[in-house]
Amino acid sequence: MEKYTYDAIVIGSGISGGFAAKELTEKGLKTIMLERGRNVEHIKDYVNANKAPWEFPHRGGKTQQMIADYPVLSRDYTLNETNLDFWVNEKDSPYAEVKPFDWFRGYQVGGRSLMWGRQSYRWSDYDFEANAKDGIAVDWPIRYKDLAPWYSHAEKFAGISGNRDGLPQLPDGDFMPPMEMNCVEKDVAARIKKHYKDRHMVIGRTANITKPHNNRVNCQYRNKCWLGCPFGAYFSTQSATLPAAVATGNLTLRPFSIVTKILYDKDTKRAKGVEVLDAETNKTYEYFAKIIFLNASALNSAWVLMNSATDVWPEGLGSSSGELGHNVMDHHFRAGAHGDVEGFEDQYVYGRRANGIYVPRFRNLFGDKRDYIRGFGYQGSAGRQGWSRDIAEMSIGAELKEAMTEPGIWTMGLTGFGETLPYHDNRIFLDKTKKDKWGLPVLAMDATIRDNEQKMRVDMMQDAKEMLEVAGLKNVTTYNNGYNMGGGIHEMGTARMGRDPKTSVLNAHNQVWDAPNVYVTDGAAMTSAACQNPSLTYMALTARAVDHAVSELKKQNV
Amino acid sequence: MMNRRDALARVALLMGGAVIGGDYFLTGCSPASSDKEKTQAGAKTGPTLDAKQIAYLDEVSDTIIPTTHTPGAKAAKVGSFMAVMVRDCYKPQDQEIFTKGLTQLEDASQKMNGKGFLACDAAQRKALLTALDTEQKNYGKTKTPEQPNHYFRMIKELTLLGYFTSEIGATQALRYLPVPGKYEGSVPYKKGDRAWATT
Repeated sequence: MEKYTYDAIVIGSGISGGFAAKELTEKGLKTIMLERGRNVEHIKDYVNANKAPWEFPHRGGKTQQMIADYPVLSRDYTLNETNLDFWVNEKDSPYAEVKPFDWFRGYQVGGRSLMWGRQSYRWSDYDFEANAKDGIAVDWPIRYKDLAPWYSHAEKFAGISGNRDGLPQLPDGDFMPPMEMNCVEKDVAARIKKHYKDRHMVIGRTANITKPHNNRVNCQYRNKCWLGCPFGAYFSTQSATLPAAVATGNLTLRPFSIVTKILYDKDTKRAKGVEVLDAETNKTYEYFAKIIFLNASALNSAWVLMNSATDVWPEGLGSSSGELGHNVMDHHFRAGAHGDVEGFEDQYVYGRRANGIYVPRFRNLFGDKRDYIRGFGYQGSAGRQGWSRDIAEMSIGAELKEAMTEPGIWTMGLTGFGETLPYHDNRIFLDKTKKDKWGLPVLAMDATIRDNEQKMRVDMMQDAKEMLEVAGLKNVTTYNNGYNMGGGIHEMGTARMGRDPKTSVLNAHNQVWDAPNVYVTDGAAMTSAACQNPSLTYMALTARAVDHAVSELKKQNV
Repeated sequence: MMNRRDALARVALLMGGAVIGGDYFLTGCSPASSDKEKTQAGAKTGPTLDAKQIAYLDEVSDTIIPTTHTPGAKAAKVGSFMAVMVRDCYKPQDQEIFTKGLTQLEDASQKMNGKGFLACDAAQRKALLTALDTEQKNYGKTKTPEQPNHYFRMIKELTLLGYFTSEIGATQALRYLPVPGKYEGSVPYKKGDRAWATT
């Protein structure tokens, strides 16, 4: 076996892995970032980013061959011909579903930072205190004040555009100038503000820069983010953290590197390195380092731990609490309402805003009490209908054509994103009977939403309907399009942080209790899910954990 | 191309019943089938329409979206587009309905106008397709998801999708901006101004 030694190893190159690599290298550590998939070079490999709609043979849709090749991805909008190369090859990397589980993965340098939704929200103490107050699961070992400076740090680097709205449940951050609501959204927001004391509609806070930043060009309002942005206008590993890490001269990036296990040293009770399977050559390598950041995405980080140190702990490194792989969370969604707007026929928009509006959580806050705990936020937007609208009275011919070349009425929709509770019984585990292309055991998913979430979904529909009606919309209809765990693409909780090694996998600084020089700072670390999009919190946790790791390293504590 | 909210809104509209043209295809050609069916369907290669059929579809689509002050569906090569979509995106049963539909359309033309579609003049073509559109709309009113799709609905949907996402449709009938450079949430609009091709 060939051997290589670094100061730090980062496993995974997505949002949190890229951030870890940037922070570690900027603090002077020689770091190797291991990525299981291929390299994707900024701009050069965004092969479809500058194509017009007519340059796609199926105009962006999905073929029967694609549906056959990507049965999981085809369950939602995610399967499309414009960025197919950014999604995992499902035949090479299968998984097992004890219960239906939508796992939408991106195995390449940059991971899902290339396709993410970019909505970036701080959590508040309503979220960090929630488990303790409700007496469920375990308490977060940190509070908002612990993370606030790191949120600032992450926001300033990533470039988050947003408005300072002064809401306690959605703390303001260090924002770039906000994007603009359109005329209908402004009207709806004003009516909601007038009618409700504790409900607000604000412009989305998004990781798209609205002014030039760190050699990145500001958003050009093409709304083609998930093809990769040639302007580098949205935060991704490629646009932001990778160039920063490379600039230090301390980074080595190794694509096609599947980390099969973390190597644990029983004598020092520390990890000493990792074993890597080269995805192209099938050769095995060992890499050694003083500290390891595990950022393989929530479920795969749990997989790496489960596959490690099994001679000491049969269920894997970090399994001594019995919580590794448990408490799977996501945000349940696909329920809300939409309706028609009257008026504003003399107004339209210019440009394609890669952002929408946001309604922060209002349920079970400020004295409100429901028959479920926690709450949900809404994402949505208003727009004028295009050529695909149905005009019942139109048949065919010039009249139809002329009608369709003009915009239709304004409509608006709201989609709830609801908090999922951390249930011990929602778990993932290694299915050793099923192997991937490389002969490695795959994950089996056994998780579902339960009574609390189902009750919440009723409100997600009804509250949206009520608010849109209050705002004057007509023909408001609710929808509940069903939801499988994972579909929110916000997987969390499989190696949770906590205050006690008996009930959690990680401590307050994201160190694995059983191996303190291993830090897990992706979605796996989450103790509860809140209802805000989680990636900004991963960035903040990562930067905070790197600061801790480097300081511990200097003190020779890790 | 689309962000998450757009995609979700699209699905919401789809489920809300306003299914037509692009929405139908951009959210999948087979919304109701199981994974197993999809796999079986996907393993097969669909029929390829020949040049004659494509030319025929060009004419049919050009009656649905004719040349006005901007070029119509034939100029936008919608016949070829339909052939690609039927071959690659349709499930076998829909491919069969579509292919048979060309014969049915021809029969309907004989019945109404006493001659084949290509031999009809513009007014006869329009009268025929208007009647077929009424037929498919009436069929759609009581159709359950399990019942077969109507061939003329397929032709109409593919025509609208193919035309408005073509270069001619997007840049001449509609307005297309590759790089807007800015966003303004309220700009004046007057009746007759063209819609944006993409959102």
